[in-house]
Amino acid sequence: MTAAVEFDGLTVTRGGRTVLTDVSGSFTAAGVTGLFGPSGSGKSTLIRAVAGVQTHVTGVVKVLGDHPGSASVRRQVGYMTQAASLYEDLTVAENVDYFARMRGAGPGDVLERVRLAPQAGQLVRDLSGGQRARASLAAALVGNPSLLLLDEPTVGLDPLLRRELWQLFGGLAGDGAALLVSSHVLDEARHCDQVILLREGCILAQLTPGELIARTGTEDMDEAFVRLIEQR
Amino acid sequence: MSLHRSLITAKRVLLQLRHDPRTVALLLLVPCVLETLLRLIYTHRRAVFDEAGAPLLAFFPLMAVFLVTSISLLRERTSGTLERLMTTPLGRIELIAGYAVAFGVLAAVQAGVVSGLTLGPLGLHVRGPVGLVVLLAICVALLGTGLGLFASAFARTEFQVVQFFPLIVLPQLLLGGLLLPRQRMPGALHAISDALPLSYAVDGMHHLSRQPGASGALWSDIGVVLAFAAGALVLGAATLRRQTD
Repeated sequence: MTAAVEFDGLTVTRGGRTVLTDVSGSFTAAGVTGLFGPSGSGKSTLIRAVAGVQTHVTGVVKVLGDHPGSASVRRQVGYMTQAASLYEDLTVAENVDYFARMRGAGPGDVLERVRLAPQAGQLVRDLSGGQRARASLAAALVGNPSLLLLDEPTVGLDPLLRRELWQLFGGLAGDGAALLVSSHVLDEARHCDQVILLREGCILAQLTPGELIARTGTEDMDEAFVRLIEQR
Repeated sequence: MSLHRSLITAKRVLLQLRHDPRTVALLLLVPCVLETLLRLIYTHRRAVFDEAGAPLLAFFPLMAVFLVTSISLLRERTSGTLERLMTTPLGRIELIAGYAVAFGVLAAVQAGVVSGLTLGPLGLHVRGPVGLVVLLAICVALLGTGLGLFASAFARTEFQVVQFFPLIVLPQLLLGGLLLPRQRMPGALHAISDALPLSYAVDGMHHLSRQPGASGALWSDIGVVLAFAAGALVLGAATLRRQTD
């Protein structure tokens, strides 16, 4: 199976500081890859490099067999930034509709999928933080992209909604999409097909949740992370 | 280049304005209030009102569109919407074309309302056709879009970006021939004034107020304004980066 995303020897500097140091990894089409690590570990920078919006990138990054951000890739990638990245003075439906049309699609049922249909007519500036995050996610889901890059989509949501969203991600992967989903809540690793653990700009491990448990001897994901660091 | 994506973007920008009726009302009413004020100040010197009233019709769209463009684009850059757009098929030129179309429409509405009041009830004497007054205002709006876009690249906050207004726009008003006819300016100032786009828009309005038809001089003024607008839009486009730090 061809890789959805491959990166090899990827190094990113920002303002003279190295944010990612020589990281390598890959993941295949169809599946949820979780990107875990504490705040400041380089998760957003890695996602931005894959999305093709990060400057000062050295090393090789290939997305769907092409350069990140190339015209053919941009038709197939849905990207959700960490900030909500929506027009505050438009309604939820207008935002989703606009981003859908930019990708040559219609809005479809994305608002139902993120449980935001009742807020469709509300201005984004009137939404709560969690609703904003879901509206932003909806704007990334439009047009059924084959690769979804989601930067902290579940942050600030209640546990029930978080579980629903991880179920949604699993469903999208089942339909054939590749997802790269970052989170700093390590417990969410159990929802992923594989996880990439980042710390201080380096990859600690890339493995399945089962392998992580086997290797560290604990089902507590926080504890597993600590043991991985100690093992190195 | 997809005209379709540009037009969808223009519609989105206008939709944002529609959700902000207070801004739209201010954009339409403030120039009317200012023209009325000018008319009242020169109640007994109608010639001065005739001389200054028409060039102001070319200044209002620059003022309005520069401010809304620079703040809109700053928001696109800081909110992350620009970053998201840069991961879609939308091209930078398509995005800018969308803004130019939207604010061209805004300028046309503003020019229609303000010249309706100024040429009607306020009694400003303009011999040329009203349609050309509106056309010139639209050309100035394109210039304002380009300059606002360019300014937005050099600001990180809204406080900073509004400070570009006195820097980029007000000198053009002072040197544009509104306070003193450009021919009577000292040599160096006259040369600077020749290099500023609003001067040509003011000249164009003077032609319109003094001559009944569209003279060759008017078309050449419009051509210069459009050339400056194109240059500013290209410069502005160059400041939009697909990749940022």
